[in-house]
Amino acid sequence: MHFGPHLLLAALEGLVTSAVLALTALGLSLVFGVMRVVNVAHGEFFMLGAVLAWAISTAISGHPAVGFLAALVLAPLIVGAIALVAERLVLRRLHYNPEATIVATIGMLYIIQQLALTFYGPEARPVEPPFTYRILLPWFGYSGYKLSVIAASALLLVATWLVLTRTKIGLVMRATQYDSETAQAFGIPVDRVYAGVFALGAMLAAIAAVLIVPISQAHYLMGQDPLLLSFIVVIIGGLGSLRGTVVAAVLIGLSDGIISVFFSPTLAKIIATFLVAMVLVFRPHGLFGTASR
Amino acid sequence: MTEASPTKPYALHLGVIALLFALSFVLPGYHHGLLARIMVLAVFAMGYNMLFGYVGLLSLGHAMFFSAGLYGAGLTVYHLGWNVPAAFAAGLACGALLALVIGLLALRTTGVAFMIVTMMFAQVFYLVILYFASWTGGDQGLVVQQAARVLVLGSASFDLTNPTVRYMSALALFSIVLLVTLAIVRSRYGRVLVAIRENEERTKMLGYDTFSNKLIAVVVSGTICAASGAAYALLFGYVGSSFASVQYSILPLLWVLLGGAATTLGPLIGTLFMYYVIDITSGFTSAYLLIVGIALILLVLFFPKGILGTIRQRWLGWLP
Repeated sequence: MHFGPHLLLAALEGLVTSAVLALTALGLSLVFGVMRVVNVAHGEFFMLGAVLAWAISTAISGHPAVGFLAALVLAPLIVGAIALVAERLVLRRLHYNPEATIVATIGMLYIIQQLALTFYGPEARPVEPPFTYRILLPWFGYSGYKLSVIAASALLLVATWLVLTRTKIGLVMRATQYDSETAQAFGIPVDRVYAGVFALGAMLAAIAAVLIVPISQAHYLMGQDPLLLSFIVVIIGGLGSLRGTVVAAVLIGLSDGIISVFFSPTLAKIIATFLVAMVLVFRPHGLFGTASR
Repeated sequence: MTEASPTKPYALHLGVIALLFALSFVLPGYHHGLLARIMVLAVFAMGYNMLFGYVGLLSLGHAMFFSAGLYGAGLTVYHLGWNVPAAFAAGLACGALLALVIGLLALRTTGVAFMIVTMMFAQVFYLVILYFASWTGGDQGLVVQQAARVLVLGSASFDLTNPTVRYMSALALFSIVLLVTLAIVRSRYGRVLVAIRENEERTKMLGYDTFSNKLIAVVVSGTICAASGAAYALLFGYVGSSFASVQYSILPLLWVLLGGAATTLGPLIGTLFMYYVIDITSGFTSAYLLIVGIALILLVLFFPKGILGTIRQRWLGWLP
């Protein structure tokens, strides 16, 4: 293959990564933005989504699309419910203290990971894609499903943006993010907003995982890379900024796809992690974020 | 903190050291070896406690200081054939230098950003170890040969692979670090650190240079952790990348939280307790990470002060 088509292929792969990453990172960013909680267990909610997608799609017989659609609806709901319980039982009792919640979510990470290993096992298992149409480009054929992942993710991102900017729920969330005490004084149930946001963040990660699982496979350790990448995206995009998160996800996804096609993936990770740490040291509000209050 | 007679804490610490010394002669082989390992790792926890407990800086990247000592000592023995004291010094120097650089960068941030930055630098360090697998052995690690692990002092030579020598070396390191931290904590400098933890703005206003005080604390903490890593490489002869992974940044946090942050003996108690909990439970389940996770959540929920912290609050106010 020549350089041009090779680069196109790398870019397409990068865009698929970006699409999933944007959804996952958006969940992390919402939770941090509104609740000021750094959710270290976010990657495990992603993993749970993928594992549940496997469980649901194997439990339902018939056309793969039926099982996949059921997983796309049910898996995020179950993950959201689990997140809700974790929020009520642990995070609320810690009064959302940033340092205590980090320690607690590290604890959740270990618990979820170990339970997945115990009940799901160490194998990586595939989920059948809902359709297997191949789009033929002049140089190579490309999976239609992968392209639909990009489209679905873009759709969901626009929907989230509309909810945040055009609805009452979004207004309440933004008010809580801006100043939770004043919001409370104006009769906003801040406590319930926090619970909802934490569940929503986990659900976004789960949806991203269901979308990606027909391409990669479900595995109990699959939450670690998305966690690190989401951190990178959220930091570069500016903690709590939606537009920045999406731009940064596309940037990181594309460069990750292109760099790992042409260079060693370990070296790519070293450079990316180091650069992001430096961004955080010298530009703590990210490249697109504004100073937080 | 109430001011008590200064002899009491020193008597208690010397008593603990004497007890550990006496245990060497009564413990059966398995627990003897385990306790030697626990003492070395308790040094790691003490180094972590220096920064987390006394300055209030929560780092999620201390595995890099431990492994700087581990690789600093291990690689110089393995590739260059250095003798034990030189390799140990190399480990310390690597840890101190790394801590200085990381401190200069990471201390520009505070709070959550500090945690994430330290975690990311540790991740870079971990990936670098994997990337240079031809020298570091990557995730398989290196085994330091027995012949290289002999400490020659004058005409006497000690074989560090001998269980008694290993136990006594671990105890010696543990005792030195314990007494040094006790001295630091009770000194003027230690009180400045606590003042920074309680209210940094006010400390700054009173005329203290908080940045350089924190930087010194990072370097001291990193050097102690590196001492633990270097001792681990020389005493147990294994150098591997798993010691640089995120998990080994979380473990000292867990040990310190369990034993009691900002108590000098807390790290030992936390390490001892957690090690034995995992040791006993691994008899009937392999799911030890589950226990670590549950322990972390229960600790922050119900015992944020840890075992010794609670004892100090309830009964023994003079505990350092």
